[in-house]
Amino acid sequence: MAALTRIEERQEANRRLGLKLLWLVGGSILFAVSLVPLYDVFCTVTGLNGKTQNTAAQSVAVVDENRWVKIEFTSSVMPGLSWNFHPQQNSIMVRPGKIETVLFEARNMTNQVVAGQAVPSVSPGSANNYLKKIECFCFVRQELQPGETKLMPLRFYVSPDLPEKVEAITLSYAFFSAVKKAEQGERAAF
Amino acid sequence: MSYASTAGHDEHHDHPTGILRWLTTTNHKDIGTMYLIFSLIMFMVGGLMILAVRVELFQPGMQLMQPDFYNQLIGVHALVMIFAALMPAATGFANWMLPLQLGAPDMALPRLNNWGFWLLPPAAILLTLPFTLALFGIGDGAIATGWTFYAPLSVQGGIGVDFAIFAVHILGISSVMGSINVIVTIFNMRAPGMTLMKMPMFAWGWLITAFLLIATIPVLAGAVTMLLTDRHFGTHFFNAAGGGDPILFQHLFWFFGHPEVYILLLPVWGFMPQILQTFARKPMYGYKAQVYSFWGIGILSVVVWAHHFFTVGMPVPALIYFMFSTMAISVPLAVLFFCWIATMWRGSMTFETPMLFAVGWIILFGIGGLTGLVLADVAADAQYHHTYFVVAHFHYTLFAGGIMGIMAGVYYWLPKMTGHMYNENLGKLHFWLTAISFNLTFIPQFFLGLAGMPRRIPDYALQFADFNAVSTVAALVLGLSQLLFIYNIVSCARGGKKATDRVWEGSDGLEWTLPSPPPYHSFTEQPVIK
Repeated sequence: MAALTRIEERQEANRRLGLKLLWLVGGSILFAVSLVPLYDVFCTVTGLNGKTQNTAAQSVAVVDENRWVKIEFTSSVMPGLSWNFHPQQNSIMVRPGKIETVLFEARNMTNQVVAGQAVPSVSPGSANNYLKKIECFCFVRQELQPGETKLMPLRFYVSPDLPEKVEAITLSYAFFSAVKKAEQGERAAF
Repeated sequence: MSYASTAGHDEHHDHPTGILRWLTTTNHKDIGTMYLIFSLIMFMVGGLMILAVRVELFQPGMQLMQPDFYNQLIGVHALVMIFAALMPAATGFANWMLPLQLGAPDMALPRLNNWGFWLLPPAAILLTLPFTLALFGIGDGAIATGWTFYAPLSVQGGIGVDFAIFAVHILGISSVMGSINVIVTIFNMRAPGMTLMKMPMFAWGWLITAFLLIATIPVLAGAVTMLLTDRHFGTHFFNAAGGGDPILFQHLFWFFGHPEVYILLLPVWGFMPQILQTFARKPMYGYKAQVYSFWGIGILSVVVWAHHFFTVGMPVPALIYFMFSTMAISVPLAVLFFCWIATMWRGSMTFETPMLFAVGWIILFGIGGLTGLVLADVAADAQYHHTYFVVAHFHYTLFAGGIMGIMAGVYYWLPKMTGHMYNENLGKLHFWLTAISFNLTFIPQFFLGLAGMPRRIPDYALQFADFNAVSTVAALVLGLSQLLFIYNIVSCARGGKKATDRVWEGSDGLEWTLPSPPPYHSFTEQPVIK
């Protein structure tokens, strides 16, 4: 009898430890889910992965008249979007702190109303946090009528704090077909 | 403390017979056997898939199949081999041998154990069903993204991706349940007097594996669930247009994927020193050093994941961190290699089949480790990334380091499990055929990779033709020689020379104190370790 109780005792202990380990599994699941916002926060704070801020920046008064920085623009259209899309200038020289405007031209090649979303990326990644956009067509999704051509402005300046070693920054835009049911620029979940 | 009155416990049970016995069993030996047989079947299934791939690669140009089918074969081959062959084999050994080695009557949570196994066949069916469905015009076949599910390709893929996602969910649940069972068994069911630092090394290997599984499988499950919602429910975790990021998927996947490598290898590292000490007839060298190395590797394995995608465009500090942390793993791993070799040093060695596999395993796994060190170098990786060099490297770690290790374990414990000796000559023939054809298959692939042949592409440039032809012929020999393995196992299970309790002259450990085969219920009275 005493021995049977012992077996039951052990089974009880096993069940308890098993349940405790289940909490550990729960913790891992929670960790997995939290990795998504953590990743975003990490990339935004460090400016890694070429993620630029998606809101308008304020301008600064100081202009560094002793320095030129070359800004290059590249554009691409992702599969699934039949647009022509390119910047009107391939590159410009700017004074850090001075506000510049560059026009991008998009043309809808189809006979339907099509919406697109531009996704920016900055290279080198370390320059990411110094490129300040005041106005950008990438802040909202763009809708083009059949055959419509649209000139879309990008107003920006380069922060005077830009490290000395950076002499050129490449700003690249990829136009995606705007996704179904999506509010632009935000995740549907979490 | 008295266990005396439990001795008559056995006779009260009525075991169901036939298929019901296997469906309802909670006996660790039955479940272990099922795991091992399942693993062997899936090993052959995954092998057949990759042989079809190798035959296609025999010559440049497309001969046998469409590129899409080729892509399906390579992806499902990897998923089958990793999740349905190698992991269940390790779990099978854990089921069979952990209770015997720890002096426990059974695994701690027997019903969970049964459930853990019976989740596997449905998962394997889910994984391979899309091939069959495509024959009937449903869907476009199995997952064609490779085993890594990289977004956005996997977001665009056909129903095969959904099948694979659900299969991974089920396999993940099964592994987590198995891990919980292993941890509880090791913590609660050890024989009185067996402290953690007196445990057999196999238990240590599995303990770390189990913790790694619990920490990382949920991350994989989360990643593929996000993929599922991206595919069907309008979320944009991995879709740049919706504010997501495809690189995020790679981080999530490899946060699981790199520890997975050690999940596959740690159980093998556990029982391999036991095999070495048996056939070197001297005690294991550096028990403590090996245990600490296990911990070191286990902890390092979860902080090095990004070395799998150096070329994705990471900032230099991140590259440097991931390079050096990856290389740091070679320190505890070198300690292990040293201990394995020192265990054999000046031993009176004999080379029965398990020992042949063990020694071959040290050499071949060593090549896998060293080529890994080359790949960990950021500058070199730019050249080797996504080439056949990588394919050859991870087959040296996972086929030689994993599967040939498992084979050593099979030959080592088969007489204990079946009560019969296997055919020693056939076993040795199997080893030599496997080792030689394995090297002939994969050494050419190192050169192909160095010359720039990309992996996962069904066609290749003419200059790669000779190496590919050699590799294909050797792969066919490698595949065919596994029939010897199956024949040897089956004939050993059916009969043969009676095995003694100790089986091997130099064997040491509680499992060898039991008769061969051990009775259905063993250690109902726990032995006391002094």
